[in-house]
Amino acid sequence: MFNIEAIRKDFPVLDLQVYGKPLVYLDNAATTQRPNQVSALIADLYQSGSGNIHRGAHFLADRCTMLFEQTRDTVKEFINAESREEIIFTKGTTESINLVAFSFGERFINPGDEIILSEMEHHSNIVPWQLMCNRKGAVLKKLPFDENGVLEIDLLESLITEKTKIISVAHVSNVLGTVNPVKEIIRIAHRHQVKVLVDGAQAIQHLPVDVQDLDCDFYAFSGHKIYGPTGVGVLYGKKILLDEIPPYQGGGEMIDSVSFNGTTFNVLPYKFEAGTPNIIGVIGLGEAIRYVSSLGLENIGEHEHQLLGYLTQELKKFGGIKIYGEAPNKASVVAFRHEKVHPYDMGMLLDKLGVAVRTGRHCTDPLHERFGIDGTVRASLAVYNNIEDIDLFIKAMNRVVSMF
Amino acid sequence: MTITEEEKSIIEEFSIYEDWMDKYAYLIELGNELPDIDDKHKISENLIRGCQSRVWLTADYHDGKIFFEGDSDAIIVKGLVALMLRVLSGHTPQEIIDTDLSFIDEIGLKQHLSPTRSNGLMAMVKQMKLYAVAYRKLAEEGRIS
Repeated sequence: MFNIEAIRKDFPVLDLQVYGKPLVYLDNAATTQRPNQVSALIADLYQSGSGNIHRGAHFLADRCTMLFEQTRDTVKEFINAESREEIIFTKGTTESINLVAFSFGERFINPGDEIILSEMEHHSNIVPWQLMCNRKGAVLKKLPFDENGVLEIDLLESLITEKTKIISVAHVSNVLGTVNPVKEIIRIAHRHQVKVLVDGAQAIQHLPVDVQDLDCDFYAFSGHKIYGPTGVGVLYGKKILLDEIPPYQGGGEMIDSVSFNGTTFNVLPYKFEAGTPNIIGVIGLGEAIRYVSSLGLENIGEHEHQLLGYLTQELKKFGGIKIYGEAPNKASVVAFRHEKVHPYDMGMLLDKLGVAVRTGRHCTDPLHERFGIDGTVRASLAVYNNIEDIDLFIKAMNRVVSMF
Repeated sequence: MTITEEEKSIIEEFSIYEDWMDKYAYLIELGNELPDIDDKHKISENLIRGCQSRVWLTADYHDGKIFFEGDSDAIIVKGLVALMLRVLSGHTPQEIIDTDLSFIDEIGLKQHLSPTRSNGLMAMVKQMKLYAVAYRKLAEEGRIS
């Protein structure tokens, strides 16, 4: 049974007082808090000692290597990858996307080739592709979305040409909350031999992900948005593709042998893990995934949906609010504007009342341009939020609006 | 009033507010009182972009002093702009260059001038100082008076 009070006890930060008010943390799409299980494991590893992985001839190195590689299996099972070689540890979603944009670009992109992105992408899923396009003489095309924040998937087929090489799209929008029909996008793309990268930064913590069922070519996500540490992320890639694309960075671990005449590269997944990785971060991510799995992503999703429904209903009742993103299939993210209060003012004042939200353009300039606005307030929910959080948030909003 | 005297009077005004919300209510009041700048000045040359809010700044030089006008789309930022104008506008370039604006720290609003805040305010202060440096140079060369 899903016991929200027991879950909240795992997150001591929720008892924090800020500016003399109880913390109401509604900035989970930016980063989630970590449960005791994760922080205790990380503290224990730092206190009890660690060694560098894969090459030590001693106890601490062996212990860390084992825990590190166990995490690869944990991730493999969590997203149902076919093999552990398909799980690459990175420092986050951004690096995962940069890796693909670079290495896939080097191998497969020629002048005049096309890459399709959706108009709702985070800058992290735009700029790496722009860099690659500049280098390779390729072209970016955009898949638009409608007034409700739903991708205009009917247009996808007409955007794809024989020059199209890859589509990169968010599984869940970090502003609109829209859960995009990635499985359908992948099906259409594959019909035209086009590869697909799914940016799962905002999905992995809210809904079950099965990369084999999706049949995606690449899937990227971050540790710190799924109750894990910052500075660690995952790139899933199909083995056949990862084998074919060149390394992203050079260094230790990713090599087989080095001479000044040339270097041969290590096998997957090590070929893409140059240098000493964030060892303890990766192990902490494993613990976060175990935590989430023990609660069950279906249960988490159901709980968050109930809260999302209540939050949306209360904001609509509030008056003077426009919500951006009203897709039928949404994750627990609500972006909105109040007709009288600038988002920055709203965020500043909510903060002083103990409520943490994000304001601004949330690294999605094209999305905000599409709506003709310069920013929104974003409230985003996680597993440990409850009805009381939303009531306190609405009460704080009332106080703020009364000042204008 | 000198810059230091103006800073002192602002610190005094803010000293009566113990509660954060009262402090911000006063900033909102200051923001509302500051006249909007003319739309014709709200052009990209005068725009200071922040990720969170936008600030516009114009500068005019006469009688050896710089006169600033400013505006923002966020009212709290506009209140802070009003404070900056009160302190810096109507002073000589050298006076503007020399001040460190420590009053912002003393009234507990330093976080708004943090580079991570990205509300355009820090960039505005930098721009005001740049105007002062530029006008000082022009004045030294005898190109303005």
